[in-house]
Amino acid sequence: MSGGHSSYTPSTGIEKWIDARLPLPRLVYDSFVAYPVPRNLNYAYAFGGILAIMLVSQILTGVVLAMHYAADTGLAFNSVEKIMRDVNSGWLLRYLHSNGASMFFLAVYVHIFRGLYYGSYKAPRELLWILGVIILLLMMATAFMGYVLPWGQMSFWGATVITGFFTAFPIIGDPIQQLLLGGFAVDNPTLNRFFSLHYLLPFMIAGVVVLHVWALHVAGQTNPTGIEVKSKTDTVAFTPYATVKDAFGLVLFLILFAYFVFYLPNFMGHPDNYIQADSLKTPAHIVPEWYFLPFYAMLRAITFNIGPINSKLGGVLTMFGSIAILFVVPWLDTSKVRSAVYRPWYKLFFWLFIANAIMLGWLGSRPAEGLYTLFSQFGTAYYFGFFIVIMPLLGLIETPRRLPNSITEAVLAKTSGGQPAGVAAAPETRA
Amino acid sequence: MKKIVLGLAAAGLGTMLAFGTANAAEEAHNAAEPTHFPIKEPAEVNWSFAGPFGHYDKQQLQRGLKIYKEVCSACHSMHLVAFRSLEELGYTEAQVKAFAAEYEVQDGPNAEGEMFTRKALPSDYFPSPFPNAQAAAAANNGAAPPDFSLIAKARAVERGFPRFVFDIATQYQEGGPDYIHALLTGYGETPPEGMQIPEGTHYNPHFISAKSLAMAQPLQDGQVTYDDGAPQTLSQYSQDIAAFLMWAAEPHLEERKKTGFRVMVFLVLFAGLVYVAKRRIWADVEH
Repeated sequence: MSGGHSSYTPSTGIEKWIDARLPLPRLVYDSFVAYPVPRNLNYAYAFGGILAIMLVSQILTGVVLAMHYAADTGLAFNSVEKIMRDVNSGWLLRYLHSNGASMFFLAVYVHIFRGLYYGSYKAPRELLWILGVIILLLMMATAFMGYVLPWGQMSFWGATVITGFFTAFPIIGDPIQQLLLGGFAVDNPTLNRFFSLHYLLPFMIAGVVVLHVWALHVAGQTNPTGIEVKSKTDTVAFTPYATVKDAFGLVLFLILFAYFVFYLPNFMGHPDNYIQADSLKTPAHIVPEWYFLPFYAMLRAITFNIGPINSKLGGVLTMFGSIAILFVVPWLDTSKVRSAVYRPWYKLFFWLFIANAIMLGWLGSRPAEGLYTLFSQFGTAYYFGFFIVIMPLLGLIETPRRLPNSITEAVLAKTSGGQPAGVAAAPETRA
Repeated sequence: MKKIVLGLAAAGLGTMLAFGTANAAEEAHNAAEPTHFPIKEPAEVNWSFAGPFGHYDKQQLQRGLKIYKEVCSACHSMHLVAFRSLEELGYTEAQVKAFAAEYEVQDGPNAEGEMFTRKALPSDYFPSPFPNAQAAAAANNGAAPPDFSLIAKARAVERGFPRFVFDIATQYQEGGPDYIHALLTGYGETPPEGMQIPEGTHYNPHFISAKSLAMAQPLQDGQVTYDDGAPQTLSQYSQDIAAFLMWAAEPHLEERKKTGFRVMVFLVLFAGLVYVAKRRIWADVEH
């Protein structure tokens, strides 16, 4: 699809017949077989494929779980336990689904960090990046509503806290919250609409994923050097090269996934969610799932009023802003060089950003008091500072390292140990 | 780059450890009026069901069931566990039938529209000691005794950094039974000087959410008679009931771990094959 004309040649009569009417095999061939990818992609680039598989896995397990689940406050908790105890392999399906959500987020965060590191959001891939941020938002909404469905204590109180955010907005806040809840508090109407939306949103994600992949195939993949593909020697065919490499990455990822499902199925969950929801008993600490913790830390970091904005609204705006800012990243980065490999200062600030995100995640799990709040405030400042100050400024003042002329040159320089391109390693070291 | 990452990791680790020590110091300061619970962390018991090849000790589960039946069930329900599942503890179908028949459950309405009680069948669930949560609370000083079906997964003392990271490698998932064992053996200590214990509650430094709880010490040495020669001590009782409750909360644990081993072996072998294929395919391309 990327610019060049199709190289698909139908060989059998049936293929020719279909190709003249609905060229779906041609689309698949051009997109996933002949599609050229840079030859220097590393395993960080396997996460796109891993995410696609995770989405399919979540939908498949979810559809079967929905056959046994009852979206009713009086039945939901016990119906989940019925799945765990009496449905054939129900325990496996549910643990796959609940741990799958965690793995989905783990993979998406690696995928996003890879994009930030190699400058994948830069022209001409701004829309590709924005579609990705939309997928992230949809994923967050889906995961949040999915966590409410088992109707445990954290489900209920998490839903209460998160829908409560909207009341921070003046005038429109309360009507929005009532619309989300279907009433004035989290109750049966809330559970019913969350179940309905939790079933709907994954298919919307799948739709945006199609656009995301389409946009990717128009602009082509970036690569660790950040240099655009210039000649045919820069690329290899998607199949078998990228397919087999992605497959290896996927199997390694599945090992991690299986390790949690079979040996640590409740490691990522909160014990309180094995207690049925009780609107009269508030848990000591209400904490969201781990993948929301950095955002939760930023929400709680705003403990002070800013002019007419009180601390509650400030916290909510900060939290929404932490995602919203991702939409404009392509225009905040002023550097002409794409990849962090050639940007020594950006590289440093990038790794600090990762460390900061992990620190915020940990702080999000702590009570909001004393030193924790102070560090959350530092962390929030760095999170936004990275995008608003460091990204625009660094592009103007940083001196990047010398870029290779092409992907091929970079690859050959690396594999021949810094010797001039084309000079093979000494024969005796070769097998 | 590796140096940078290592440096960052070290810095992060340092900060978190500093937090940890600061908190510990704060805790020590407030020995009489602690703010974080439990006051004492649970000890880690060596459970048969821990680890990748963990399995339930059926003798132990049977002893645990005996304790539940003779002691705990007076106050604690276990309404998600059916009698039929007791076959997993090594009982025959006939034994389970006889066991269930010792209980009375309500059924109905019959043809005359009346509710009636009958002997429980294997398909019935453990009947609850109180008709509803309000009755349970009223009979127990206002605190309804929690249901036991999931208690072993619904309680766990927070592990804290950096232990929760190591827990991934050691596959530590026994926070629930460790806590139950710690709580049951944690009675009888004298509270620190100056600590106020509310009337009608019992000091237990292992209790997860306060310094004392409404439940008095439920188990003592020699209280339940074992017929398999196991020691009739509080420590043994506590381990047996904790193991039984773990089974009640996670009946498919053995199946899960067995399946997991097969899945892991398959995935590792498959990864090896895919890797070899990848090496072959990429052999002629510098990358």
